[in-house]
Amino acid sequence: MKNKFKIKGLDCANCAAELERAIQKIEGVQSASISFMTEKLVIECDETQRDEIIKKIKKVIKREEPDVDIEEA
Amino acid sequence: MRKKLIKIIIAFILFLIAMIFKAENEWINISLYVISYIIVGFEIIRKALRNITRGKVFDENFLMTVATIGAFGIGEYPEAVAVMLFYQVGELFQSYAVDKSRKSISSLMDIRPDFANVEGKVEKVDPDDVEIGDIIIIKPGEKVPLDGVILEGKSSLDTKALTGESLPKDVTEGEEILSGCINLNGVLRVEVTKEYGQSTVSKILDLVENASSKKSKSENFITKFARYYTPIVVIIALFLALVPPLVIDGAIFSDWIYRALSFLVVSCPCALVISIPLSFFGGIGGASKMGILIKGSNYLEAISKAEIVVFDKTGTLTEGNFEVQKIMPVNITEEELLKTVAYAENYSNHPISLSVKNAYSRKINEVDIQSTQELSGMGIVAKIWDRDIIVGNEKLMKEKEIEFLKTDDVGTVLYVAIDNKYVGYILIADKIKDDAKKAIEELKKNNVKETVMLTGDKKSVGEDVAQKLGLDKVYTELLPDGKVKKVEKLLKEKSENGKLVFVGDGINDAPVLALADIGVAMGGLGSDAAIEAADVVIMTDEPSKIVNTIKLSKKTMRIVKENIVFAIFVKVLILMLSAIGLSTMWEAVFADVGVSVIAIINALRVLRVKNNK
Repeated sequence: MKNKFKIKGLDCANCAAELERAIQKIEGVQSASISFMTEKLVIECDETQRDEIIKKIKKVIKREEPDVDIEEA
Repeated sequence: MRKKLIKIIIAFILFLIAMIFKAENEWINISLYVISYIIVGFEIIRKALRNITRGKVFDENFLMTVATIGAFGIGEYPEAVAVMLFYQVGELFQSYAVDKSRKSISSLMDIRPDFANVEGKVEKVDPDDVEIGDIIIIKPGEKVPLDGVILEGKSSLDTKALTGESLPKDVTEGEEILSGCINLNGVLRVEVTKEYGQSTVSKILDLVENASSKKSKSENFITKFARYYTPIVVIIALFLALVPPLVIDGAIFSDWIYRALSFLVVSCPCALVISIPLSFFGGIGGASKMGILIKGSNYLEAISKAEIVVFDKTGTLTEGNFEVQKIMPVNITEEELLKTVAYAENYSNHPISLSVKNAYSRKINEVDIQSTQELSGMGIVAKIWDRDIIVGNEKLMKEKEIEFLKTDDVGTVLYVAIDNKYVGYILIADKIKDDAKKAIEELKKNNVKETVMLTGDKKSVGEDVAQKLGLDKVYTELLPDGKVKKVEKLLKEKSENGKLVFVGDGINDAPVLALADIGVAMGGLGSDAAIEAADVVIMTDEPSKIVNTIKLSKKTMRIVKENIVFAIFVKVLILMLSAIGLSTMWEAVFADVGVSVIAIINALRVLRVKNNK
């Protein structure tokens, strides 16, 4: 299953790439891709831990890019 | 964005005042620079401070802050302000460009229906709330909100947003219509056949919006490059600031610090990083404008290296339906010959008979048909207008001992005899699509080395089509698994970097579509299977769109390469010049902001796609 999120407030394409790498490192995330142009995050993850992982993603975003908002799409 | 612009303008005016009217009192001058700097740079410094606490020292904001404060420190005030000023101008331009291309793509994809009129309900309903089986009314000028079947009404539909086709399509009762089209003139009563989430319009939107999640190699290359580039340049900068003044005799600290600060300005990677996804985003958007859906930047990149293009025959290069191609009468008129055959075939439902009746297209007076007898595998013997009519293949003619002239034409040949006398033949064949020949020629011009056709059809038919179109290779009489084997073989033959593109109608060639480097499904409009299986979906059934896709892909790749080479070249050049002291911070700012602006303008070129047929 692919989970899609809207990501708002990304400053630059490089920040997007860095954030993408940080999210990829979260345990349980199989793949993560951020498109700077469409402001979207698509992740594939272990569905049983979905809520847990989303929490972790929010934490990572807060650490890496505090200005960025994330909402489920 | 507006606020930022005002800040930049105010700061710029202060900066100019300080530059032009060099105040007598140095302190006035310096304060002008400092005020200007704070107005334009406050945001950056704030972010930089925040990032240091989190250990992100290779962040742009931080680098810019260090470079500019450093410049202040060694007394280079104008430079300090200018770097910050131009950096902000670049950022502003960048967000403007990104915003603009986002908008132009969403307007391009402005096919999302806002409402549906459900029968029996007064108010307009969200398409999401309409269920299968509901009856909706579509008035002229409205978008078709959901896929369905017309129960009542006639109209023309504008399908441009889906197919790029500018001619309206006429529809009438019983026909299927697809969401995303615009109803032009009649009122339609439609029974909904798919939920909104499954309907064509939401599938297409979903596909295009997610296409940029599948990243291209160039994109990954550049983000990886940025990941090493910035730290390396920063480390060199540190080295420049500290080592030479200690090692070289007579070297002045402030000189080398200045050089190091220039390095920091050039070390920002964003210019490079943004221009690549921007180009791909534009390319995918431009393609969808032409009715070509590309499922990922990676496919847009790969198709530029198309080396072998393999086509399925029926439905891809040919129309897939039989049509009368030739009428060759002997001693009677064309009209009479066609009429005779149409009457003889009147009661048959064979596709061949249907195509003859279509070609004749006039009313058949059934009282004139006295008797007909279908001889399986041979043809028809009939009595019409009190005459003996024989219509059939070679075998039938021989059996009835009729003297006839055998033709070399390829396809299904119907020989005709009236009262045991040969009167000519009619050729029925699958029609080659109008733009197929041109498409093959154009492929060759665009560096495709080999064009191949695969078909389950007879050898004679397949080879005839291949020869007419000028294809390099043709494999005929293939079963579905035979097609898979041929494609596997072709994949081995191609060069390492070349790509194999398979073009099919997406209905029964899913395994081959998946096997090819790039699977292209044609006539995908409304076919779920095609949209599902392929990497590229061509909404219309024109093979020439493959050429358009390859051209667009090449253009995108050219721009991407130009940007990469240009940006890296300028950055490295300025780094070298700064290191030996030949270049100032002004050039460094250009290397950062100027390059970024130029690369973005270059990337925006992709968006300008003409809908050339």
